[in-house]
Formats: sequence, structure tokens, C-alpha cells
Amino acid sequence: MTRQDTSANETTWQLMSWERLERLVPLLILVAVVAGIMLLASQFGIVQQRRVTLGFISLISVVGLYVFMGNSGVLNFSSVGFMAIGAYVSALLTMRPQVKATFLRDLPDWLAAAQFDPITGALAGGAAAALVALVVGLPIMRLSGIGAGIATLSILIIFYIVLGNWTGVTGGQRSLMGLPTYVTIWNAGLAAIGAIVLAFVYQESRSCLALRASREDEVAARSAGVRVVRERLTAFVLGAFICGIAGVFYGHFLGTLRVENFYLDPTFLYITMLVVGGMRSLTGAVVGVIVISTLAELLRLLEIGGRLPALDVTLKAPAGLGDVVLAALMLGIILFRPQGITGGREITLRGMRG
Amino acid sequence: MIAVLVDAFSVGGLYALTALGIGLIFSVMRLANFAHAEFVTVPAYALFVLSGHPVIMAIASSVLIAVMLALATERIAFRPLRGIDPATMLIASFAVSMFLQRLLVFAFDSRIKPVDPLAVLAGSVRLFGAQINLLKLTTMVTCLVLLVALTVFLKYTRFGLEMRAAAEDFTMSRLLGVRANRVIATAFVLSALLAAVVAVLFSAQTGFVHPRFGLQIVIIAFVATVIGGLGNLVGAAVGGFLVGVVSTLLQSFLPPDLRPFREAFLFFIVILVLLFRPQGLFPARGLKERI
Repeated sequence: MTRQDTSANETTWQLMSWERLERLVPLLILVAVVAGIMLLASQFGIVQQRRVTLGFISLISVVGLYVFMGNSGVLNFSSVGFMAIGAYVSALLTMRPQVKATFLRDLPDWLAAAQFDPITGALAGGAAAALVALVVGLPIMRLSGIGAGIATLSILIIFYIVLGNWTGVTGGQRSLMGLPTYVTIWNAGLAAIGAIVLAFVYQESRSCLALRASREDEVAARSAGVRVVRERLTAFVLGAFICGIAGVFYGHFLGTLRVENFYLDPTFLYITMLVVGGMRSLTGAVVGVIVISTLAELLRLLEIGGRLPALDVTLKAPAGLGDVVLAALMLGIILFRPQGITGGREITLRGMRG
Repeated sequence: MIAVLVDAFSVGGLYALTALGIGLIFSVMRLANFAHAEFVTVPAYALFVLSGHPVIMAIASSVLIAVMLALATERIAFRPLRGIDPATMLIASFAVSMFLQRLLVFAFDSRIKPVDPLAVLAGSVRLFGAQINLLKLTTMVTCLVLLVALTVFLKYTRFGLEMRAAAEDFTMSRLLGVRANRVIATAFVLSALLAAVVAVLFSAQTGFVHPRFGLQIVIIAFVATVIGGLGNLVGAAVGGFLVGVVSTLLQSFLPPDLRPFREAFLFFIVILVLLFRPQGLFPARGLKERI
């Protein structure tokens, strides 16, 4: 598989095309892994399938978070807010008019009467998130470091407060119920693969290379002619679009929307996943989701209590322990391996690439 | 009118103390300490656990617990990360905060618990022709006294001098004989003391604690430190008062339709400040990033 077995008379063009193909290897491996999980999980019962589906939704969201935070190195706490926008927009567009009439009396007439198909709703949700990201991102992309952290946290809080109090449109503090639940393991898995492809294509683009240069050294990149704000904004909008789609799937997976589901807890979860995997590579994002989801699932099973089949022992952990262990794990990873499990490298056939 | 002012300043005082607690740590080690929320929540829970006992004892032990907690987090979580970039430290403090919060949920479950550490101060007094809640008055006075005490400490003691030197230029102050571990530990102890005071006063005002108890006040205090200028203690205190006063005034004078959105306005102002004065209203010296 390596280039050692190529003959001496190989043309440069062939060499280039092989290198070009080699660049795709991380993408192919990641897609194969996700597809494998999808096929494997579809053999199990509906309960397990739903757990894996939820994992895929996290995967979409973390990939969206990675597109901006991983490539730019700028802190971003607002991604869950864009999930919320996607979820609510899609909900309003796809709910049946009768249901809307019960829960949301103050909608404008055209919206109250409208019902679009799921795909239009999903794309509109993603597009709305991207549009909002364009507007709020335009000014705040100048910030980096702590300033960016505080500003994006402020954005998350503003979204939370507005969605939680805009009772006429979002149902406010009450839950919004009656979303069509069309999400299955198949469409969530395909959407996750789509998100990975999108993130990968972007990451190999000229624009993203410039952005990565600014991540390593903002001043040097600027002096080499990189327009840092513009490149960051591109990534921010693309990331928000992916997060919006993740929100759409989340809403139509649960069938119920609560603003509480789009606040600090999921923000922490997704950042944990990204940081644990290694926030500087797409492989890291995927690995983080798989590792944390699996661990969370195991801890959850342990809380329910389970018998080890081989031994005659019943394991039972007290409720709430899983969350504690998860947070401790996150802390441990930051302390001992700040670059995450993958160390910010992509996976290739020969192992990890820098 | 006077009642509104006392209200505004007692809220602002709490924010100022919290913002100072965050600012103290930030100024010496560039750590925006999200876990300050738990430095407030944990002593409040200590008050709950000890609510049957004499008030003085409950308060004293909650202060002690806050200090021990702060020293432990510094030693275990933040010391290994010293000198790493501030963004990673922010994420680390986020992790510490979540860990402690979930530990509290695990130990006490997430329902709200009643506390009333300062039941003595339930009444009110007449002052300048207005009914003033005694607790709010106490809050205001305590905050002012602590601010003065902290200023004296920083200006006139050896520790204070060392802390100010460390805030100005950490490496240089170490070269001149300031012990890094000691000065950072002092910052954490002071920060925890302030947090414990906030815990007592704030839990007396709200009457209950829950695992998110500290978070609500710390998020707003963060805003205050940013507005005031991260790394500048006077700025943090002024920012705290400013945020408290503005949010109370918004509460009183905003049309009722918009009142639920009050904090959204507050955070909108934060973004504006960050955009136009990225270093805050009162920029700290020595914070400018060198190339």
C-alpha cells in the first residue's frame, strides 16, 4: 500500500493522483466506521437503535462544533444555540396545523396554516441557523481567546432567554409537543455521514487551510495575507448549518422540544466529546463522540444494574454516578492529554498522520 | 426610590464580590475560573447541612469548606495547567465546575433545599422615609466593608503587594522573589472567602439552594469582570456594581412585556462592550498580548 512498490518510470501525474487519493483516506475510514456502526446497530432491537441514533445526532452536532472550533482554535460555546434554532424552525414548519393551533395560538396565519415536508423543514432549519450565525458572527469573529469564549457564551444565553420567553412562537417554558418523529437510525446515520463529508471537504479547502494557519499563529497568518475574520466567519456559518441540522434531527427524534435541552448541559457534553477526542482533527471529533457515547451508555447500564453473564455478580451503581465519572474523565483528559485522544491527528492507513 | 437604590446596590454588591473573586484569580494566573460557581454553591450547601446548628458555627464552617475546596481545586486541577493557553484553562475550569455540580446532584439530588442562615435580619427599618429591608441593607454594608478591607489588604500588606506584582507581570515578579505557589494560593483563598460571603448573603436572600445556585450569579459576574476589564480588580468591582444596578433598573423600568428578556439585554451589552472595548472599560495594564 505504500509508495515503495511503485516503479521508477511512474509519471508525476500518477504520483499526484495517488497522493490526492491518499488525502481521502481519513474520510473513507471515518465514513466506513459510521456506516459500520449503523449496519451493526440495525441488527439490534429498537431500544439499542434509539441509543445509537442519539449518538449519531451528537456526532452531527460535534462535527458542526469542530468545523469552527477545531479549525479556527477559537472557543465556541454557542453551537447548541444554533441547534435550538434549527430545531424550532423545523418544528414550526413541519408540525400539523391542528397541533400548532393547540399549543401556539399567536402564530402568524401563514405559518399556522403551513405544513412542509420534513426535508424542506430540515434544510430551512439548517439555513436559519446559518443565517443567524452570519449575522451574529460578523461582529464577534474579531475576538479570540477568552473574549470569544465569553461572547459566544453570551450568545448561547441570549438564545436561551429569547427562546424560553418568546411564548407565542416557541411555547416558552412549556414543552412544545407533537413534532413528527421521522428520525430513524438510517436517516440519522446518513446525515452524520453527510456532516463528516461536508466537514472534510471544507477542511481540505483553501479557505480552511488559511483558517488553520491563523489558528497556529494569528499574527503571522494575517501578515501573510490571510483574512482571518472572513475565513472564521465561513467556518462559523458552515458549523452553524451543521449544528442546525443536528438540532432538527434532535427535535424530530424526541418529538418534544424544551429550551432546557439546548443550554449548558448539552454544551458541556459536546465540548467534552470534542476535547476528549482531540479538537484539532475530524478524526478526533468522531472518536470523541464514539468514546464518550459508549462510556455514557455503559455507565447508564451500570446505573440500571446488570448481571455479568459469566460471573454470578450483580453490578449496580447509584444513580447520578455516570455524570460524575464523565465530568471527571473530561478533567483527566485535559490534565494529562490536552490534545485529546488523537492528539489532533487524522487517521490513515499507516496509523495517525500529523 | 431609595428602596430601589438599596435594591440595586445590594444586588450590585453581590455581583461585585463575585466578580472580584473571579478577577483575583484571573489577574494572577490568567484563569477565567468558571468553577467559582461551585465555590459559591458548596458553602451554601454546607449552610443547608448545618442548618440546625448555631448560625455562627454554620457560617464559619461553610467559609472553611469554601477555602479548602478552592485550595484543593487549585492543587489538583489548575496547578498542572499553569502557563497553558487561557482558552484551555477556561475549558478545564468548565470541567471542574461540571464535575463539582454533578457531585452535588449525586450527593443531594437536584431538588431545591431550604436555607435561612440569617433569619435574624428578616425585618425592615425606616430610613430616610422609606421601608428598607434589613437583609438588603446588611448585604450592602457587608459588600462595602469587604471592598474596603480587600483594598487595604492589597495596598498595605506584603501579600497584597506580591499579588499586585504578580498581576502586573508574573514572570518578572517571580524573578524578584515572589513565590508563585504562595501568591496563587493566596488568590484562591481570598477568592473562596469572597465566594463564601456571597453564598451566605445570597442564600439568605433567595431562601434556598440547588446545584445551579452559584452558576446563575457567576455567569452574571463573569459579564461584570469582562465589562470592567479582565485582570483589573477595580474594574471588576465597578463592573459588578454596574451590572447589578443596570439589571435592577431594567427590572424596574422596562415595560412588562420585555421584562423576561432583561438578561438578554444584559448579555447583548456584554457583546457590545467586547466589540468596542475588547479589553473592557478599564483595561488592565500588562494584559496586552505581546507578539
